[in-house]
Amino acid sequence: MHAFCFCKFIPLSSQLTAHVIFQDIRKVVQVLEQTAREILTLLQSVHQPSGFKEIPSKCQKARELFCTVRTHLGELKTKFPVDQYYRFHEHWRFVLQRLAFLAAFVVYLESESLVTREEVAQILGIEVVREKGFHLDVEDYLAGVLIMASELSRLAVNSVTAGDYSRPLRISNFINELDSGFRLLNLKNDPLRKRYDGLKYDVKKIEEVVYDLSIRGLSKELEAGGDK
Amino acid sequence: SPPPSPPLHSFHLLLHQELDTKHDKHERLVKLSRDITIESKRTIFLLHRVTSVPDVEEVLTEADLKLDGVRLNIRMIAEELRGEDLHQFHRAFTPGIQEYVEAVSFHHFIRHRTLISLEEINTKLVFVKEPEGQQPMGTPQVLTFQVTPTDYLLGVADLTGELMRMCISSVGNGDMDTPFQVSMFLRQIHDGFSYIGNTGPYEVSKKLHTLRQSLSKVEDACYTLKVRGSEIPKHMLADVFSSRTAMMDQDEGMA
Repeated sequence: MHAFCFCKFIPLSSQLTAHVIFQDIRKVVQVLEQTAREILTLLQSVHQPSGFKEIPSKCQKARELFCTVRTHLGELKTKFPVDQYYRFHEHWRFVLQRLAFLAAFVVYLESESLVTREEVAQILGIEVVREKGFHLDVEDYLAGVLIMASELSRLAVNSVTAGDYSRPLRISNFINELDSGFRLLNLKNDPLRKRYDGLKYDVKKIEEVVYDLSIRGLSKELEAGGDK
Repeated sequence: SPPPSPPLHSFHLLLHQELDTKHDKHERLVKLSRDITIESKRTIFLLHRVTSVPDVEEVLTEADLKLDGVRLNIRMIAEELRGEDLHQFHRAFTPGIQEYVEAVSFHHFIRHRTLISLEEINTKLVFVKEPEGQQPMGTPQVLTFQVTPTDYLLGVADLTGELMRMCISSVGNGDMDTPFQVSMFLRQIHDGFSYIGNTGPYEVSKKLHTLRQSLSKVEDACYTLKVRGSEIPKHMLADVFSSRTAMMDQDEGMA
């Protein structure tokens, strides 16, 4: 009697196929990560004192880079069976969250508003609803928003350094609203929850900045005149 | 105060609901998986009795009924997964499904002395919903749950532990045939897994170590039976495999 042929469950051909799929996905993800790094480098410069004036042009350039992102995500879609999104989700979860963060950051810099999930999906050229195709999972959207919150707490600090005393107040209002929004959600004890737990440190940091400004009367300058 | 900005609204209405729906489904599947695990384990426990009772068929029939109950739970899993991407929830129900594979393959081995195939398992997991009374021409709705190859392999890997126990206990009951049958069967399973080696999913390779230990125990038992079996009165065979009395002198014929 011969050994059971379990190899039919891991037939060489299907192993090869799975292997090829992983390789293909990884290749596209690497390119996506590269583009994401470029967008991040571009946007990080807003933390420099000189960077503030150039925000509109940087957002414009970032939007152009998102075109490239859309192309690559379009390519990624084709690398695996359409109904197995979650089987391979782990491969692109990280970069998708980064991209969601970058989209949210661009929208904030442009309009100081919170990007919606639909808008992020539009910027990335993907769907919102799973049944329609490659989509943005709600938790990945929320993770991106939380990453942005950390970026904004840093921006609040650097705004003051650059002499902009009004931006931190606006950031403070924004983050507090964001925190209220998150409190409406029932989160389980998962990575998203842990990331949300970090939001309170961002809130605190921004509150401290606002406090520093107000006790020195720096925020009063705003109420007297216009903002910077 | 101004109305909440649109994003906050969508947090409240849509995101909140979507998250809750997903978490609730996950929880329901976890509960079903737990029930399946419990009932499958009870079935395995029941099946072990075949080494010590005269009527094997009675045990198998009772086990069949239990497994029918488990399949009802699997049907509920299939209902929950209708229209969903099952990989999104796989973590929730995989433990139960592996335990079910273990129970059903154990049952199959006792009756047929062969390994149940994945196809045979999945055939029993095709559920037909009878059309509602008022629709004479209604086509029956078919709902399926398909065990994945990985879950099948993991269940079979766990089966080997039970087979090892069965081998040892059958020796204790003076059964001279079952130990060798189990040993041969176990070796085939082991060789099959060895052939896959590391090329399969990570969880499968992890089980290989335990599998080797089970096989080793079984092969040692068969060796002992072969070398010393004819020297030892049947009623003492059980003691031979007990470490406590391993050093007992053969000449003393104690009951």
